Amino acid sequence: MPAADQETYERHSYDVVVIGAGGAGLRAAIAAHESGARTALICKSLLGKAHTVMAEGGIAAAMANLWPEDNWQVHFRDTMRGGKLLNHWRMAELHAKEAPDRVYELEQWGALFDRTPDGKISQRDFGGHRYARLAHVGDRTGLEMIRTLQQRAVSLGIDVFMELTVTELLKDGGKVSGAFGYWRESGRFVVFEAPAIVLATGGIGKSWRVTSNSWEYTGDGHALALRAGATLLNMEFVQFHPTGMVWPPAVRGLLVTESVRGDGGALLNSEGKRFMFDYIPEFFKAETADSPEEADRWYTDKRNRRPPDLLPRDEVARAINNEVKSGRGSPHGGVFLDIASRRSPEFIKKRLPSMYQQFMELAGVDITKEPMEIAPTCHYVMGGVEVDPDSQMSVVPGLFAAGEVAGGMHGANRLGGNSLSDLLVFGKRAGEHAAEYGAALAGGRPKVSTASAHDAAEIALAPFAHDQGHDNPYSVHQELQAVMQDLVGIIRTEHELRLALDRLVELRAKAAAVAVEGNRQYNPGWHLALDLRNMLVVSESVARAALERQESRGGHTRDDFPMSDPYWATQNVVVELKEGTVSVRRQPLPQPPAELAKLLEEEAH
Amino acid sequence: MSYQLVLRIWRGDSSGGDFVHYEVPADEGEVVLDVVHKTQALFAGDLAVRWNCKAGKCGSCSAEINGVPRLMCMTKLSSLPAGRAVTITPLRTFPVIKDLVTDVSFNYEKARQVPAFSAQPDQPVAPFTMYQEDVERSQEFRKCIECWLCQDTCHVIRDHEENKPHFAGPRFFIRYAELDMHPNDGLDRKKLLQETQGLGYCNITKCCTEVCPEHIKITDNAIIAMKERVVDVKYDPVVKFFGRRRAGREKRGS
Repeated sequence: MPAADQETYERHSYDVVVIGAGGAGLRAAIAAHESGARTALICKSLLGKAHTVMAEGGIAAAMANLWPEDNWQVHFRDTMRGGKLLNHWRMAELHAKEAPDRVYELEQWGALFDRTPDGKISQRDFGGHRYARLAHVGDRTGLEMIRTLQQRAVSLGIDVFMELTVTELLKDGGKVSGAFGYWRESGRFVVFEAPAIVLATGGIGKSWRVTSNSWEYTGDGHALALRAGATLLNMEFVQFHPTGMVWPPAVRGLLVTESVRGDGGALLNSEGKRFMFDYIPEFFKAETADSPEEADRWYTDKRNRRPPDLLPRDEVARAINNEVKSGRGSPHGGVFLDIASRRSPEFIKKRLPSMYQQFMELAGVDITKEPMEIAPTCHYVMGGVEVDPDSQMSVVPGLFAAGEVAGGMHGANRLGGNSLSDLLVFGKRAGEHAAEYGAALAGGRPKVSTASAHDAAEIALAPFAHDQGHDNPYSVHQELQAVMQDLVGIIRTEHELRLALDRLVELRAKAAAVAVEGNRQYNPGWHLALDLRNMLVVSESVARAALERQESRGGHTRDDFPMSDPYWATQNVVVELKEGTVSVRRQPLPQPPAELAKLLEEEAH
Repeated sequence: MSYQLVLRIWRGDSSGGDFVHYEVPADEGEVVLDVVHKTQALFAGDLAVRWNCKAGKCGSCSAEINGVPRLMCMTKLSSLPAGRAVTITPLRTFPVIKDLVTDVSFNYEKARQVPAFSAQPDQPVAPFTMYQEDVERSQEFRKCIECWLCQDTCHVIRDHEENKPHFAGPRFFIRYAELDMHPNDGLDRKKLLQETQGLGYCNITKCCTEVCPEHIKITDNAIIAMKERVVDVKYDPVVKFFGRRRAGREKRGS
């Protein structure tokens, strides 16, 4: 194997390089291309396989196709309240205003959403949204979205680098100058020269054991940003989706869409009780039904209040967790989700075809006849790269972030359906602003130094030189997942977080010494060894931020600080790398202008 | 409930390879992908395999299991013959890169050749008015997760490399069908489909339909329908037969 400094690297030069080809990355690449930038799109998997493909429920956008009362102000309000008011108000505003146009744009490019009787895009109910607001295609909306964007990007002739992993961002002075990575197929290194880079790498969930996330979700973008000098915002907020499969063990964590509840499904404990009525927080009392009768009327008449089964995800996940801990769980440690007794088999198969298929084929459960067993699963990170809300640029000139990897939009908790719309709204903005930034640099493009590429190559090749007696990357990954699952899960305490940080130090040492077998050609063990480095720094960011925030809010629950604290309502926790060490600080949360603040106070009805 | 399972996994690269036996612990409810992952973690860290969602939604983990093209994540061990070794080989129609990973770039080339959706002049700008009954036929084809199992099993190209340049394959026949049946698409791709994408090569043996994990009726609803629609463009013996059988059935769109 050649030493890193003897290898010549494949080189490419672009105006904008987008890392990640899910919804945000594809939309950013399309926008950058349409703005006139020479654009490259890089993805770890084949095109069209990114995590967006798994999104089920829909795209939240106040198109008011079913409820004329809906508008961007209501969507803004729902988003901010769902995020426990910790969202960046400007992102929530842009998102609510621009989401409808981003949905129409998909239709313009060939997407076929389910329709209303009068031929418009149909919209479905989801947790935390006052009106039926999610554009959808059965329960495979993410597939429709990624395919539409993929087909658009391909028809525009955008250069796509499939199965290529970026391991380092390169800088010239303080500015982004490019990216370094390897082809998964050959293990050969590639250098991209580009003044503007858009991170669209998604989330971090593969560091937990029970997760709905795929192998790609190793926090690459979060880690790349940290190492490039950018800041991360509110990493303590991790969303545990209330409904993941629990049985059989092989499918534990697999997502069960919120549409099951949006379309009428109810949560039951082992006593057959709709327990969510016991968990309505003061904050949502005014807008939540307090009897099953009222809750059931809501599906057809929005003058009633919303069922508590459709409270924001953090509330429902905590409630399920508590029911199981209190001994009222289902046989395999979850609770029941029942739609069989509440809707007809025809309705269920039409509205939830892939859920029907998933339970039938993987669990042998017919959801039109019996209830599902479900429990929370690690699903999404609200925290991410701190960006300017309008341009999506981080504190590092030339480095942009959009989608799950960016922070601020969702505050302490994301509403279902707001992710797909987030990807579109901010993907487009990031792509446009990245192109604009690159064009403005004109002659003064930052340079890629050979030395920085060699450094990156050496780090990437290190695992091959390690003694085979050391741990393999798979076992270190499993240990990491156990630490994060057991000590940095839904409910946290100072003691456990400190324990987790100690364990992460040990794991960092182990990861730095992991040995890989074989050669550089399509070698998943080697790939995982490199991903571990990212997972570890991101996991530490989550644990440190979680230790810092001494309150409970949204996707961050501290058993030792069970209440929300007015002081913390005004604070973001910012994570950065200082001399290679993860450090945290507090930073005041930007406050909305008076006319938007007023929207947040209005009563629901 | 744990038991030992013998896997025969083809390992090698474009220069050749052979089966390697692994004995891995298997548990209740597991799918083939689970035991492949265990093989990686326990015995073969560099075993190459593609996967993403592990839920039958992304179409990455396609392979041939006991000779049948399937998704590894949706093939339960309990559905395979008990007490027998499970044989896993890469997709045969595409060149091997390494182990279970093949070079599927053929499909991405064919995708680039499809003229994109283009709205009709009388309704050029979204939001479009379209009705559920009119979008449903295309929606069936848009369920496709691009696992390439239909491409893999199709005998037109499975053992006939020479046909590949002239044949888009079942996945793209449903793509052309989807666009043709889109209520607001204004382009006619039928000539292209027949003359350069090889629709006529298909003699409707329905192998593609059988392996589709999304249960899309590829042959009946897309290929035969498109053969009927291109009949004005070119003579196709299959249509002559099926066209008569299907006469009188609803025919909508272009």
